[in-house]
Amino acid sequence: MKIIVCIKQVPEGLDVKVDPETKRIVRDGVKSIINPYDLYAIEEGIRLKERFGGETWVISMGPPQAESAIREAIAMGIDYGVLLSDKKFAGSDTLATSYTLSLGIKKIGNFDIIICGRETLDGSTGQVGPGIAEHLGIPYITYVSKIIDIKEKQIECKRLMEDHYEIIKANLPVLITVVKEINEPRIPSLKNMLRAKKIEIPVWNAEHFKDDESMFGQDGSPTRVIDVWTQTIKKEGRKIEGEPEKLVDEIINELKKLGVI
Amino acid sequence: MGIKVIYEKCNLCKKCIEKCPFGAIEIKENKIEINEKCTICGLCIKTCPENALIREEKKEKEFVLDEYKGIWFFAETRNGEIASVSFEMLNAAKKLKKKLNQEICGIVFGKNIKEKAYQLIKKGAEKVYVIEDNVFCNFTEETYSKALAYLIKKYKPNILIAAATMVGRSFIPSVAVKVKTGLTADCTDVDIDEKTGLLIQTRPTFGGNLMAKIICEKHRPQMATIRPKIFQPANNENKDGEIIEEKIDFEIEDKVEICGREKVENIVDLQEAEIIVSGGRGLKEGKNFEIIKELADLLGGAVGASRAAVDSGWIGYPHQVGQTGKTVKPKLYIACGISGAIQHLAGMQTSDYIIAINKDPDAPIFKVANLGIVGDIFEVIPILIKKLKEIRR
Repeated sequence: MKIIVCIKQVPEGLDVKVDPETKRIVRDGVKSIINPYDLYAIEEGIRLKERFGGETWVISMGPPQAESAIREAIAMGIDYGVLLSDKKFAGSDTLATSYTLSLGIKKIGNFDIIICGRETLDGSTGQVGPGIAEHLGIPYITYVSKIIDIKEKQIECKRLMEDHYEIIKANLPVLITVVKEINEPRIPSLKNMLRAKKIEIPVWNAEHFKDDESMFGQDGSPTRVIDVWTQTIKKEGRKIEGEPEKLVDEIINELKKLGVI
Repeated sequence: MGIKVIYEKCNLCKKCIEKCPFGAIEIKENKIEINEKCTICGLCIKTCPENALIREEKKEKEFVLDEYKGIWFFAETRNGEIASVSFEMLNAAKKLKKKLNQEICGIVFGKNIKEKAYQLIKKGAEKVYVIEDNVFCNFTEETYSKALAYLIKKYKPNILIAAATMVGRSFIPSVAVKVKTGLTADCTDVDIDEKTGLLIQTRPTFGGNLMAKIICEKHRPQMATIRPKIFQPANNENKDGEIIEEKIDFEIEDKVEICGREKVENIVDLQEAEIIVSGGRGLKEGKNFEIIKELADLLGGAVGASRAAVDSGWIGYPHQVGQTGKTVKPKLYIACGISGAIQHLAGMQTSDYIIAINKDPDAPIFKVANLGIVGDIFEVIPILIKKLKEIRR
């Protein structure tokens, strides 16, 4: 079985500043990490290989330094990695990103399962996973919390909906997006860390795809950001201390004012 | 798309006229002109020694954009009923209509749902397209996205909005790819730019610390998912409207099959809940969640949790509020023993009213709280429960 995990390198934390002149996000000196949701995708990929055999790949699109995220995934136990990187890919929205990743996945080829995190820490759109599946023309299941079984070219899994779980079967090849409930990501082993250090990570650019370049980057992105601003939520709140009885009376008063009781 | 002549460069050498296989180029009033026979084969572009001919892509597209009319909203169903969030989407559509006078159309998929669709008409939808089919008994991305993409291609709406629920977030991205347009996720506001008539989509990123305005200029429909609880549900208008039944006359392969459902233990849909009582690390043990549940029950609210509580195994993941859990916006959020890591704040800071109970006076949760109670949850909550019970009696 061939498993491909899609990951994104994101800035650590959620604190951001915007340059008021250029409207660009200022994130100097902020450490880059693998998108936290993608760690569950990586872990599940490795576990599937352990359960059913096969090989695992990790793919990412981003600037050249995103290579380090791929190495981290390999250090966790993924077999191979590839980076899609080109100035032409810059400025991609979710449509162009999912399209470009789908080309990379096709180039890896012969896949059975593609795993994505449910969304990213920075953009949190959750649109790229479904977009990739649609570009590849394969079925997909979002918010998967457990892979029950894979047999006879069919996956059975549990997915989280608003107020219930569903048990779903889908034909392979399939794309799934996973939630954190699915597993607990492992810590890299020393052996895999050494392997990750040495392994060659191929970098594929627009020319590797011999495709219509207007589908990439800004040109291939229907949406455009016209304004950004930081938002600080400040409440005109009050903080009170004192005897528990008195504190509770304050709460009760407030609940009455709110019409809750 | 078409061929454009750059007259400043053209020296009327006529080489393009000779080369054109379709007789599509002529000279009129001493100027090269491309007539309707042009197939945009591009031979003339290669022939021209002056590079005076170029391919122009925009013209036709702009023309096509005008063909797209109507403000559509996808009306999600739940357990055979129109979901309450769908009336919020209708209200968002009504807001847009005030500045962009186009027809409001609802889209409903389901089985035996046609009669229910009249509720949307009553509340202001001018048309509702309904597809009734057994395949819609269960939600799958494949069936829903195929059906919606089919309707979009047939009727060409200008705008399509849907709720950013798990259903909306799951299948709408696939629709956007099918019809090759842009999609903005999780909007907290939508509006119409009065100059351009474009849909302005406002959404939070970086856990709500950064806001962005997004437009989709050259593709249609302009698509956005909108967070639940941002818009009020639409009110009755008692207007007339039309229900249009559609059929899926294309094959749905349905490579995905729903085999079962499992209820999540005592969960109310957090995104729909008006009151949420959440517990965090301060509870110290799983069994102490009982006081949170009891308080939530007394207030008629849902139980939430911080990541720390979920990771400790005290309560299931579906209850988790915050960056890796759910984003909620209830009328009242009571945070008990939650310190307020930025990831948690990201999921609840836009709640209408926040009460935080924590014994650490410096806990970050107090920064977003309307009422901060510096106290021990094991002292405060039992007294609160007792007093609430007394009031009840």
